[in-house]
Amino acid sequence: MKKTLALATGLAAALGLGQAAAQVSDDVVKIGVLNDQSGLYADITGQGSVLAARMAAEDFGGTVLGKKIEIVFGDHQNKPDVGSNIARQWLDVDKVDAIADVPTSSVALAIQEITKTKNRVFLISGAASSDLTGKACSPTGFHWTYDTYMLANGTGGALVKAGGDSWYFLTADYAFGHALERDTGAAVTAAKGKVLGQVRHPLNTSDFSSFLLQAQASKAKIIGLANAGGDTINSIKQAAEFGIVAGGQRLAGLLVFVTDVHSLGLKTAQGLVVTESFYWDLNDETRAWSKNFMAKHGGKAPTMVHAGVYSAVKHYLTAIKEAGTDEAGKVAEKMRQMPVNDFMTKNGQIRQDGRVMRDAYLLQVKKPEESKGPWDYYKVLSTIPAKDAFRPIEQSECPLVKKS
Amino acid sequence: MFELLGVPPQALFGQLLLGLINGAFYAMLSLGLAVIFGMLNVINFTHGAQYMMGAFCAWMLLKFLGLNYWFALILAPIIIGAFGILLERLFLRRLYNLDHLYGLLLTFGLSLIIEGVFRNQFGSTGQPYDNPLPGGQNLGFMFLPYYRAWVVVASLLVCLATWFVIERTRLGAYLRAATENPTLVQAFGINVPRMIMLTYGFGVGLAGLAGVLAAPIYQVSPLMGSNLIIIVFAVVVIGGMGSILGSVITGFTLGVVEGLTKVFYPEASSTVIFVIMAIVLLVRPAGLFGQTR
Repeated sequence: MKKTLALATGLAAALGLGQAAAQVSDDVVKIGVLNDQSGLYADITGQGSVLAARMAAEDFGGTVLGKKIEIVFGDHQNKPDVGSNIARQWLDVDKVDAIADVPTSSVALAIQEITKTKNRVFLISGAASSDLTGKACSPTGFHWTYDTYMLANGTGGALVKAGGDSWYFLTADYAFGHALERDTGAAVTAAKGKVLGQVRHPLNTSDFSSFLLQAQASKAKIIGLANAGGDTINSIKQAAEFGIVAGGQRLAGLLVFVTDVHSLGLKTAQGLVVTESFYWDLNDETRAWSKNFMAKHGGKAPTMVHAGVYSAVKHYLTAIKEAGTDEAGKVAEKMRQMPVNDFMTKNGQIRQDGRVMRDAYLLQVKKPEESKGPWDYYKVLSTIPAKDAFRPIEQSECPLVKKS
Repeated sequence: MFELLGVPPQALFGQLLLGLINGAFYAMLSLGLAVIFGMLNVINFTHGAQYMMGAFCAWMLLKFLGLNYWFALILAPIIIGAFGILLERLFLRRLYNLDHLYGLLLTFGLSLIIEGVFRNQFGSTGQPYDNPLPGGQNLGFMFLPYYRAWVVVASLLVCLATWFVIERTRLGAYLRAATENPTLVQAFGINVPRMIMLTYGFGVGLAGLAGVLAAPIYQVSPLMGSNLIIIVFAVVVIGGMGSILGSVITGFTLGVVEGLTKVFYPEASSTVIFVIMAIVLLVRPAGLFGQTR
């Protein structure tokens, strides 16, 4: 009897071991960083995100559950069809377990659908549309760094409070611009402000003078720039040229990254109020991580998207370790159970709709004489607690929330 | 059509003027392309990259040598033109006897390489370049920045001068003759290969000049050329490949058309030029001012 029991136990143990080893599919944990490697969002995401993912894998020790962690990357050129093709190839043929970053909301929405049907984890850092945790949410999709709701309420809310009660939008004509315009419009109206109109420009426009003139003619107190990257830079630069700020109107860069400020120069960018969930110079921890990042990234400071990719990949790997498997459903469950804690996140919680609840910061671009050195660009105006920064779960259109 | 009535005439004047300013860039770039195609029969796809290099050249002159915009305006086109001459000597010269497609492939490949190198070095968001003529004049119907006014004037002068040299001087006559029958012109003792080389350098220099003019308005970014070059090619095709006057007039006209589209239906502003191109090709395959050869 004893003998059989011992044998059974041994067998069970062996079986268990065998299972644990087999639980990492294909004997490798492969994470695909999919973003813009060559276009207008390449400095915000691009190789910096790949580096951040690699740093996370290195800090994790290079292996999880005894299997190698591998980081691959692809260039979706901001086109949903190109991005979808790469994602399918990765998931079907190349044994990729999770896709990370994916700026450009239109592409991210496509990838969200693909990862949902194929049951893989999607770690969104670069994309902004709040629909990713709204009607397009997924049980295995996580919106890590920021979203249009946060930008709308951070920057939009602050400017309405400061007396900017009439708005005109300059909107990038695709999913992200529309979502940002919608969310900011809602925030403005909620704060008793008025939206006077909007003009939609194609993605990647170089001349904004015509749109700016229309915004100027609207007589709105605030011109909201619902665009990003090179589009925002050119809008701000040309607004200065056409004397829009000098004429008494104020620009609201709704999505401005630290790299954009670097590109514009403080002289042009000074005074802009922006909302970000990370700035390299917030505290000792962020400075330490960023110093390491900058050393490997040609001295360029990390954007919040880069930091978010690191944070997401690290949390994903921890969840695999805790769950003892890389099966997406189980890992996603584990990710939701564990609090997110790293250099940029303090006690972050992941909600049912996939939204990572984290604090955001309302920042203002310094005047040239206030800046002490390269990349010293922001002063912190206030910290927006997570519950105010993101859409309340009761308002979520996510079907996952309604079911429960 | 109700929207048409919704736009006050003042706003319309403003947009027409802006269209003219953007047209100035199209005109200058398509002029360079037309000169090169007309004289060398090469479809110069590196034009966008050379325009971008012009802007970067201005930025580097300022940053590393402290030379301001007005020096750059003269130096950058010379430097970029010299770079063009180097390309011609090393690569393009070997392709004159082959099909157009070879030149197109070579220049396209070169432009990808050049852009890649700049992107790798400077990132994609670009570098700031200060406006040398800040301020502007309120015209009543719009605020006209001094710098934009200068761009239109400069571009018109350059276009007129080029047209004059090629169509009205002895040098231009040699050039045109050399395109028609190089062997015969060489028999008269004119160094045709050198003339072609200098023509290419001049065309490229024009792209560089347009780049310097663009630097204070647009972000100096490695992508600025590829954003523009497709439109400029459409302009050249509409104007008629190789027609100098055609490319200048079409450049300004299409700038205005695009500007108006931005008022009435902004979503279509990036496509309107290609719609026009398709229509023109259907009706006049050689372009508005082109001649079938």
